[in-house]
Amino acid sequence: MSYIKAENLMKVYGQGEAAVTALRGVSFGLESGDFISIMGESGSGKSTMLSIMGALNTPSSGKFLVEDIDVYGLKQEQRADFRREFVGFIFQSFNLIPYLTVVENVMLPLTTLNIKSSQKRALALDALGRVGLSKKADRLPSQISGGEQERVAIARAIVNQPPMLLADEPTGNLDSKTGAEIMDLLRQLNEQGMTVIMVTHNIECARYARRLLRMTDGMMHEENPVNLIAQAECPAGRVGAALMPAGGVA
Amino acid sequence: MTLKDIAFKNLRRRKAKAGFILAGILIGVATMVTLISLIQAMTHDINHKLEKYGANILIVPKTESLSLTYGGLSVGGVSFEMQEIQEKDLARIKTIKNAANVAAVGPMVLGVIEVAGHRVLLAGIDFQASKILKPWWKVQGSSPGDNGILLGTDAARVLNLKIGSPLKVNNRDLTVSGILESTGSQDDQLVFTRLDTAQTIFGKQGRISMAEVAALCNACPIDDMVRQISGALPGAKVMAIQQVVKSRMETLQHFLKFSYAVSIIVLLVGGLMVLVSMMGSVRERTGEIGIWRAIGFRRSHVIRIVLLEAGTISAVAGIFGYLIGLGATKIAVKFLSQGDVLVPFDPQLAAGAFTLAVLIGIVSSIYPAMLAARLDPNEALRSI
Repeated sequence: MSYIKAENLMKVYGQGEAAVTALRGVSFGLESGDFISIMGESGSGKSTMLSIMGALNTPSSGKFLVEDIDVYGLKQEQRADFRREFVGFIFQSFNLIPYLTVVENVMLPLTTLNIKSSQKRALALDALGRVGLSKKADRLPSQISGGEQERVAIARAIVNQPPMLLADEPTGNLDSKTGAEIMDLLRQLNEQGMTVIMVTHNIECARYARRLLRMTDGMMHEENPVNLIAQAECPAGRVGAALMPAGGVA
Repeated sequence: MTLKDIAFKNLRRRKAKAGFILAGILIGVATMVTLISLIQAMTHDINHKLEKYGANILIVPKTESLSLTYGGLSVGGVSFEMQEIQEKDLARIKTIKNAANVAAVGPMVLGVIEVAGHRVLLAGIDFQASKILKPWWKVQGSSPGDNGILLGTDAARVLNLKIGSPLKVNNRDLTVSGILESTGSQDDQLVFTRLDTAQTIFGKQGRISMAEVAALCNACPIDDMVRQISGALPGAKVMAIQQVVKSRMETLQHFLKFSYAVSIIVLLVGGLMVLVSMMGSVRERTGEIGIWRAIGFRRSHVIRIVLLEAGTISAVAGIFGYLIGLGATKIAVKFLSQGDVLVPFDPQLAAGAFTLAVLIGIVSSIYPAMLAARLDPNEALRSI
């Protein structure tokens, strides 16, 4: 029995002639501790897939289950609880709250938990320690670099130790060296038992994954990541996308 | 890190927007406080001045009367069984429920005397009480002592007496100590002396003919007081001078209604300002709300953050609105009233202003808060 299971997921945006089908009956199963890379062209449906996996976007039909929980069978508020307990999000543009310090941003997922503030801060500092940013805990996001902001976003995603980590183009806004560091960090987290699902345009980043799922016109099929072109480092997403051979990788 | 911390930090970051919302409620609250405390101060001032109009309750002895008709024509009536009021009984007025509203009680004994061949009415009164009951009196000379009398202006002219003139009344030697300036009332024809002097002259020690009562304050229950005094003095007939009281009350009521109407309008405008500003704030923060929702904030958490922000600004606006309103009132009364009018700290008004400010801030923010909570997190994140 898969830890994460998608059953015939369909997603249609809009109605009538303006309707756009983003997912056309996607089904797959993922095991706990997997490191998945979802690749595809722009508009192929990979971001829709990620948002559905993050309990943020209700599919038009089909089922999405995590630990046998029918995520879209949950009520709105239960789904919010699910996101807090099961999902850690890493956004491409970091999405840090600009008026909160680094440590406060990391503490955000703990805000609604009924634990002491000192305990929340300790957990946040621990998460920052794991991404190597303990010393910049009291700075504002505007006072740290892009790579450091991405690390803060990762610390925020892992602070409540969710079983699933969803990353949307995690290196998209970073230079190749910083991108590689972030990918190493994601691999470490995966090695520590976290299920990592990453959407990327970047072949080199996709190579970090143990499984590769490719989205094409709302359909998903699995590819072998070993077949991806080997590179020494993981450059920024847009450059990587340009390197991808036309028609995908066999 | 709590929802409260997020709300406070956002307020500190968006000082201009927070300041705009604060100004909206603050102006509303300050206007309301200014108007209401101004009305209170003016009411107090008007009451104080109105009290100078004198008595508004009369106490006269109870009498039985018989109406006489002959051949279907009324030819008047005859009074009998006239009861008397004992002076000591007036002390019972101080025991009534609304005794605090009694400003002065003026007993009066009346009788006819003959001076230089003229029959005039002599009134024995309490000159201390008359200062409150008849504040318009202006006396040339001085108030009478034990053997002094005060003449009404017409009485002085008719009797051809001046200040210092001696006269003999019922074998008692009296001296004119003062003459009343013209009042345009029956007082001009009367001769006044001290109550005890008149009681001695008429042999009515301890008894009085009537009494005047000055009772007035904001919304003074005159009718209730009449009933209470009637209960305390069963042998007396107690009458309210309704016309005076009613007109005083109506004036105050008009002022109050006007101030409430203006306050409601200004507070409504303040509420609309909060609504519009909070709507704008929610729209500006769509992405941020999307992040909150994505990391597991419930809708109720989003609502709490928005309402906490609005509630905090409103509470500050309530406090400063009251203080500014109080200050504005102190300045305004200097222009609107003569003499010293006190504008004291009113804890009830302060609590009301604070509660109303918070209420307006929160009620006006409920719709923006619901709007924020209803944002689709996926759509909200796309806006970043």
